[in-house]
Amino acid sequence: MTAISERQQRSYIGAIAAEARVNVELETEGMTLNIGPQHPATHGTLRIIAKLDGEQVVSAEPVMGYMHRGYEKLVEVRTFPQVTTLINRIDWLGNFANEVPFILAAEQLMEIEAPARAQYIRTIFFELSRQANLMLFLGDMGVQLGAITAVFYAFRDREHVLNLMESVTGGRFHPNFDRIGGLKDDLPKGWVEECKGAMVKVRRFCDEIEELLMGNEIFETRTRGIGVIPAEVALGYGLSGANLRASGVDWDLRRDNDYPLAWKDADFKVWTHPDGDSFARYWVRLQEVRESTKIVDQLIENIPAGPIMAKVPRIIKVPAGEAWVSTENPLGEMGYYVVSKGDLGPFRVKIRTASFNNISIVPWVMRGVYVPDVITILASLYFILGDIDR
Amino acid sequence: MTFALELSYWQSTILRIVGVLVAVLIPAGTLVYVFLFKMMSHMQSRLGPMEAGPHGSLQLMAEVGKFLQKEDIVPTKADRTLFTLAPYLVVGTVLLVYLAVPFGPDAYFADLDTGVFYLLAVSSVSVIGVLVAGWASANKYSLMGGLRAAGQLIAYELPMVLAVVGVVIQAGSLNLQHIVSVQAHGEIFGWGGIGNPFILTQIVGFGIFLLATQAELTQTPFDMPIAESELVAGYMTEYSGMRFLLFFIGEFASAGAFAAVAATLFLGGWWLPGFGFDNNAMNIVGPLVMVGKMMFVAFLIFWFRFTYPRFREDQLQTLAWKYLIPLSLVNIMATAVLKVVF
Amino acid sequence: MSRLSSAETTTEEQPAPLVDAARDEMVAALATQLGDAVVESHVAPGRDAWVRVDLSAWDTAARVCREQLGLTYFCYLSAIDWLPSPFGRSEDDSAPTVAPSTDQLDHGVAGGATRFQLLARLVSPTTHLGINLKCDLPDDGLTAPTWSRIFPGADWNEREICEMFGITFAGHPHLVNIYLPGDFEGHPLRKDFPLLSRMVKPWPGLVDVEPMPGEPDEDEEATEAGDEE
Repeated sequence: MTAISERQQRSYIGAIAAEARVNVELETEGMTLNIGPQHPATHGTLRIIAKLDGEQVVSAEPVMGYMHRGYEKLVEVRTFPQVTTLINRIDWLGNFANEVPFILAAEQLMEIEAPARAQYIRTIFFELSRQANLMLFLGDMGVQLGAITAVFYAFRDREHVLNLMESVTGGRFHPNFDRIGGLKDDLPKGWVEECKGAMVKVRRFCDEIEELLMGNEIFETRTRGIGVIPAEVALGYGLSGANLRASGVDWDLRRDNDYPLAWKDADFKVWTHPDGDSFARYWVRLQEVRESTKIVDQLIENIPAGPIMAKVPRIIKVPAGEAWVSTENPLGEMGYYVVSKGDLGPFRVKIRTASFNNISIVPWVMRGVYVPDVITILASLYFILGDIDR
Repeated sequence: MTFALELSYWQSTILRIVGVLVAVLIPAGTLVYVFLFKMMSHMQSRLGPMEAGPHGSLQLMAEVGKFLQKEDIVPTKADRTLFTLAPYLVVGTVLLVYLAVPFGPDAYFADLDTGVFYLLAVSSVSVIGVLVAGWASANKYSLMGGLRAAGQLIAYELPMVLAVVGVVIQAGSLNLQHIVSVQAHGEIFGWGGIGNPFILTQIVGFGIFLLATQAELTQTPFDMPIAESELVAGYMTEYSGMRFLLFFIGEFASAGAFAAVAATLFLGGWWLPGFGFDNNAMNIVGPLVMVGKMMFVAFLIFWFRFTYPRFREDQLQTLAWKYLIPLSLVNIMATAVLKVVF
Repeated sequence: MSRLSSAETTTEEQPAPLVDAARDEMVAALATQLGDAVVESHVAPGRDAWVRVDLSAWDTAARVCREQLGLTYFCYLSAIDWLPSPFGRSEDDSAPTVAPSTDQLDHGVAGGATRFQLLARLVSPTTHLGINLKCDLPDDGLTAPTWSRIFPGADWNEREICEMFGITFAGHPHLVNIYLPGDFEGHPLRKDFPLLSRMVKPWPGLVDVEPMPGEPDEDEEATEAGDEE
């Protein structure tokens, strides 16, 4: 647990002083800068209203809602299987991972369990979508800092994972593959071999990017000590996933919660970092990608044979009840609180997305930082607009 | 240019103007194509423009045509005079830099006795152009870019000047043609095979000069003024069409100009080992040799640009004031001492 | 923590009643601290715990959870509108709906007495146990004390609840819209706020149902016959 660093204290005091300067009558006014909604740095239409004093940020306030699609209202008029299509699009980079908690919640209410083969394949796909999502982050952080070449390598190697997903589900970005009670289809022939080959390539990419970006002195200077978030503050805001682990909290829902999925059959390490700065967040995510390939390698050896779909009625009516399931998605903790009244569709679904809480810390963490650091911190917190705005 | 024939003043002036334009635009165009389109693309495991011409070689023509036919947009609140003036300031200074660089024993535009001094002075005028562009755009992003640029460019003038002073001490003259001659006729421990290119003795100076050049060109890792992911395009944000083309040409022409200066000061200029110094054939071969050496230096500059992330403004300034300047001062002292000793 | 169902249990066997000691203890500790304010609680062994508290103790409950019970992780804060939708329960439900009345509402786990309920979740990062807190809001006083002083992450959630449900929070520093434009009228997540796209063009009904993997496609014939009018 790191205390608030001295640098952060100094910058906080600097921000208060800057604000005082800005309000003095004879001084020049501070400048209000709109970062976004159209901007190369923000992953989508996020707008941050930053009040600046020279190059220092006095206050930064995110304005969201440019992409609000009203998911919680839309799911109320859909049947349970139709909701899957919709929620695919919340975090569009870690595509399969969005469907899983909802399907698990529905299965919990129906008190059925998908067969073991389906659970294994679900877990493998979950990890594949984690890799696809985080590989983009690894390259993208470089672009935000100015190293334009890294992101092309990320896209090139991400294709391997996306090809794997497409060959099974038919969709690179929106697989729409999970069904209540199992999966839509089985794996095609030869997929296991391709998957193993792809994991080797992903690991090679991780090594490459580690050497290219993380070993770069400028990268370290730009990210170490920037945007330090102590663990208590992180928990209070609801930060989750790699952001929380980079602040030193040892908590991974895959290991600590009880799911019917296959994570308990895989042996993996949960990476934490004590610093809580932008470098730590980058480092933790890099290790997570590597760990994810190891999980896939372990699981893919032992996929049990059997059916991929449990016996479910054709028209699915989920019995009345409430269930909460959250999983360790690539962006953080994503969960669904499903309220069902025994109908064809849910009565109310509360979608808890990771980026909403991850970005709520922006006003707190951006006090007193420089404008370039705003970009660094945003890039390291890593959000997807669909995840914030739902 | 003086040939064997006698040209009247106005004829030689026109020849000089055309010559400068050719000397500026052709290297700039080549640099853009080779490095920006092809080298960057291949480094990023993609092909780059392939459509226009064989392997996309006429892409630049297409781009020029595109920029020329665009609408002339001036933002409403912008200061119109200054807004239109800024690109010319930037490009003009680059043309002036090419003036003093020798391309052959007789192939130069002006043989200035204070060539080095003139070069450094003139290249700093472009700072004004950048500031004017940032202010006159009436855009907060441009203003921030312009202010950052002013701070950065002024800060990196000093290491550049000091790095060059080492060369001047070793050559004993500010005249660029003389510097080339000293490198051509020099000897390394008694062996005169490749002359004495100053890069061997002034390696520290070369390094500092390259870093300072990177900063003067506002290339990554010193591209805070442009900072694409933050300020969209920095001081150039509001420029479009022909004016943006001028900035673009200015950027690559100045890359070529600084590369030419670096080649002259450190790599031996237009001279190739094996040729005599006053050989008339060097008037034709010299420019080609210069282009070759310019491409080498430009390769270093752009390779650095496409790989590294960018510094933050205060880290940039720290690097200049706290590290590069003391280092270059040490370099000058060492050169002076060694020059007297040897 | 064992799960409630498994593929092996048959309907004849009565599974032994599972007892979730840790969650029971947590709920009991909360009840001791809050006393009468805990209206109802429910523990689903091996799964989750729900506690419904009185509105007056809403922020005290948060403070107690954070300070005494170690539930320092703020997961989310939301609300539920228990009124059945006057526009039909789901898209394929074409039966005429009963005009909903607010005094006979069907509430979920841990009960409820009013139309609007606040729902929150807090988790402990060390024991990994979470608690769902619910709270009734009277229809004539849709205000609750703010949680933003205790959990800073509740700030944005409360703004969202305010614009979506119309519930205000006393003591919130800056209660403005978070997703919707400033001049938006109405509260979208209330059940009596219609989903306009469905008003404009009603759902055509069950047109096609994807067959289960391995089953023949009988449904296509049925719908084709039905579509022929």
